[in-house]
Order: sequence, then C-alpha cells, then structure tokens
Amino acid sequence: MDIASQVNTAWMLTATVAVTLMLPGLALYYGGLSRTKNILNTMMIVLGGFAVTAVLWVLFGYGLTLGDSVGGAGLIGDPTTLFGIQSLLGAETPEGAVPGILIAVFQLIFAGLTVGIIGGAVEGRMKFSSWLIFSGLWATLVYFPVAHWVFAFDAPDGSTTGGWIANGLHAIDFAGGTAVHMNAGVAALVLAFFLGRRRDFPHVGRPGNLPIAVVGGGLLLVGWYGFNGGSSGGINESAGVAVTNTLIAACAGLLGWLLIERIVRKAATSLGAISGILGGLVGITPAANSVSPIGAVIIGFLAGIVAFAALGLKEKLGYDDALDAVAIHMFPGIFGTLAIGFLADPSSPAGATGILFGGDWSLLGTQAIAIVTVFVYTFVVTALISWLLKVTVGLRVADSTEVTGLDTTLHAETAYDLDDVRS
Amino acid sequence: MKLITAVLQPSALEPVKTALAEVGVTGMTIYDAKGHGAQIGKVEVYRSQRVKVDFLPKISLEIVVADEELDAALDAIQDAARTGAIGDGKIWVTDVLQVIRVRTGETGPTAIR
Repeated sequence: MDIASQVNTAWMLTATVAVTLMLPGLALYYGGLSRTKNILNTMMIVLGGFAVTAVLWVLFGYGLTLGDSVGGAGLIGDPTTLFGIQSLLGAETPEGAVPGILIAVFQLIFAGLTVGIIGGAVEGRMKFSSWLIFSGLWATLVYFPVAHWVFAFDAPDGSTTGGWIANGLHAIDFAGGTAVHMNAGVAALVLAFFLGRRRDFPHVGRPGNLPIAVVGGGLLLVGWYGFNGGSSGGINESAGVAVTNTLIAACAGLLGWLLIERIVRKAATSLGAISGILGGLVGITPAANSVSPIGAVIIGFLAGIVAFAALGLKEKLGYDDALDAVAIHMFPGIFGTLAIGFLADPSSPAGATGILFGGDWSLLGTQAIAIVTVFVYTFVVTALISWLLKVTVGLRVADSTEVTGLDTTLHAETAYDLDDVRS
Repeated sequence: MKLITAVLQPSALEPVKTALAEVGVTGMTIYDAKGHGAQIGKVEVYRSQRVKVDFLPKISLEIVVADEELDAALDAIQDAARTGAIGDGKIWVTDVLQVIRVRTGETGPTAIR
C-alpha cells in the first residue's frame, strides 16, 4: 500500500468510527422521544434493524449495492462474486485508494442507519419480530438497489459499472439526501399508514426522557462528521468542505427551527433545538461538497423551517409517524437535494453551477428526477412489503400490549427503577 | 387526636415545615403527589404538538396532632402556604382512633411527640 493510500485509509478508519456513533445516537434520540413504557423497545428497534441489515450487507448487500452493475444497466449490483465480501480479502488496493473492505464497512453503517431511521415511525405498537423481518426485506428490496443507483460510481478504469443516478443522470447526492434520508422518510410514511395510529393518537402524551434525546441528537451531530466527511472517500478538498458545511448547517437549522417555533408556538424548546439541528444536517447531507459555507447556512436554516412546517401533515393526513421521521428526514432530504440546483457553487469541490450562480435549470431538473424516481420506487416497494407482512405475520401488537407498554410485555424489562422500595 | 392532610404547592413545603416547627409540630410524612382542583392543567409543547397536562405536581403532607394542637397547626399551614393564587391547595382533618409509638409501645397523645 502506497503512502497516499495509507493516509486516506487512516481518515476513512476515523470516519468509520465517527459514523458508528450515529447508531447509539439514533437509539438514544428515538428512545428519549418515546413514551416511558416504550423507551427500550424503541432502542431495540434501532439496534435490531441495524444488526439485521449489517448481516445481510455482508452476505449479499454489498454486492447488490457496490458490485458491478448487472448488464451495465445501473439498476442493481451483481452480488455473485462478492458473497460474504470474501473476495475483498487480499484484493489489491489501487494507488491512492482505500481498501475495498474498509469502504464496505463504512457503507454498511449507512445501510443500517437508514433502516434505523424508519424505526421512528413505529413507536409503541409494532411487533418486534415483524420489524426485524421488515428490516431485512426493506434493506434487500429498497435500500440496496437505491444505494446502488446513488452511491455506486463507475470505476475510473472502466472495470465496473455503477448506478444510473450517479453515472447516467449525474444527480448530485453527496452522502445520501435521496438514498438515505428521503428513502427512510418515505418508508416511514408508508409503514406508518399500514401499521395504523397509536390508540391515543394524536393525544399520546409526553416524550419519556428529553435529556436522553438531546444526548442522542448530540451524538448524531458528531457522527455526521463521519457520515459527510467520510463520504469524501479520503483526504481531499471535499472532506474539509463537507465537515465545515455539516456543522454550519446544523447550527443554522437550530436557529431556523427555534425562530419559527417561537413565532408559531410561543416557545423555543430543547426538543426543537435538536430537531432543527437534525433537519439542518439532513438538508446539507446531499449538498455538503457542492455549496459554499454561506450556502450551507441557507440550506440549514431553511431545512429547519421546512422540517417544522412538515410536522402538521401527520394530523392532516392521519398517519402516525410517531417520532417524525417524515418531517425530520424526508422533507429536509428532498429540500437539500433540490437546493443544490439553486445553490451549487462552481468553486466548491463538486464544481457544479446552480441557478443562483448563473447556471441553467438543468441541474435542478436532474435533482428532481432523482427525487421523484426514488420516491416512487420506495413508496411502492415499501407498500408491498408492509402489506405482505400485515397479511402474514401481522404488523401490530395486541391492544392490551400497547396499553401496558412494549418494554415489559415484549422485552421483559422496565427502563427505570428509581425507587428503593422493591416492587 | 386528629390527622391533618394538606395537599399543597411543592414550593410551600419549606415554609410550611418551618411554620409547623414554630408551633411545636415536629412530625410529618410527605408524599409527591399529582392533582388538580379548580386549577385545571397547563399546556406543554413537544414538536409543535400541544400536550395538555391535567395533573400538576403537588406535595401531600400528613400530620397527626393532639386535639389542643389542631388550631395552631392549621393556622400555621394556611399562613405559610397561602399565595392567593389559584392552586394553593386544600387541607382536611379526620379523627384518629389510635396512635402507637413502635419503639416504646406508648399509645394515645403521648405517642405523638
């Protein structure tokens, strides 16, 4: 391995560790937002969905996602030679590149987190077994193909062909505005419809532990450096720009959310602060290497407002997306991906030119095609998976289980034991 | 002998405890409680969702006193707990048939203090 490879590998190892922080981050964030009786179940949903996806990734997910495109069509990778990622062992690393096996584990975490984000929709009423099956089916039929479209680039030497959105359409989605956030948000929307509302929706009560949720949001922010910074693939201009834009968008998102919340609801809340941070982070994810820091401020600020504005939809449309995966991930993901069409700065590492910098409307159109395609595909396939599970194993726990809470009924545990009196 | 039960604002605990000590009442049992009377709940906001909180945090005090101490104790509690705002609480008094001090086996008023 040459020195350039070693340096790049060191950064990708670091980014892999950082992005893994998003797993406990997501579990704590969602867990804290759950009601007291369901906090452990919600954490288990994040961890369990991640674990199922990770194992499938090693077996065939990596091949479906980053393998040579079947027939060169850019629709799905060929997993046959990559089963168990066995062939990556001992594979020669091209000059300056990062070993394939490290890219495999870095991308594994993206897949697992995307499934985990969907888990925000199901708080307090989904069978754990059914969720695990859903995770495996959804990763296989939705995430792996969509990630192939967006994240699999043609090899520079032409030896392998990648996905159609990245190489044919040339849409800009740096770290997963479509493949990760919008994808998970659409799936959450569909699954929430099939699962049905919680019994007491919309009067479901309060989050069980907001400080835990704030800790989780903080870990997600730190992990996002790895998520966006590592999507540079090594030490290069993109990495620094991406990390900078990530932090700036998070802060702008916080301010955007709190401003609108203060105006509309007469209070600036701590839950609003982390929601705004996450909205800003999601918004900048596709755009992290294609806009300037000022562009990141604009995207983050507006993404925070977009996320807030999207909250009311669930009561209007009647889906119970319990922890707001749709508002916090789907809408800012779409917004950030579209915003590139306006704000792409030609002096940024991606080098594209948005409308505000004198570009034409073609980039915006390209971004919109990517969004619409992923939206429709994910919507339809997630609906099929959800329907299939609903009519076979069933999606929902018994009413009495839901009333008692899933921690004691499904997992035989209680989250808090704060009393000295034995019970 | 009488049992005084007082459901009060949590902020009243310290002044009531002090006022009772001044009139010679030293024993009491307190509980964290939730409740409402005329003051019915308040609204909290979680992700733009307005959540109506019907039961507000209160403290509940139980104090057993001899008959001749009752009026002084009731006055002390009222004066210390009254802010004039809605939600100051309620006090009620019930008869007590027997009191026993576990350590000595004493019964009746001598077991109270």
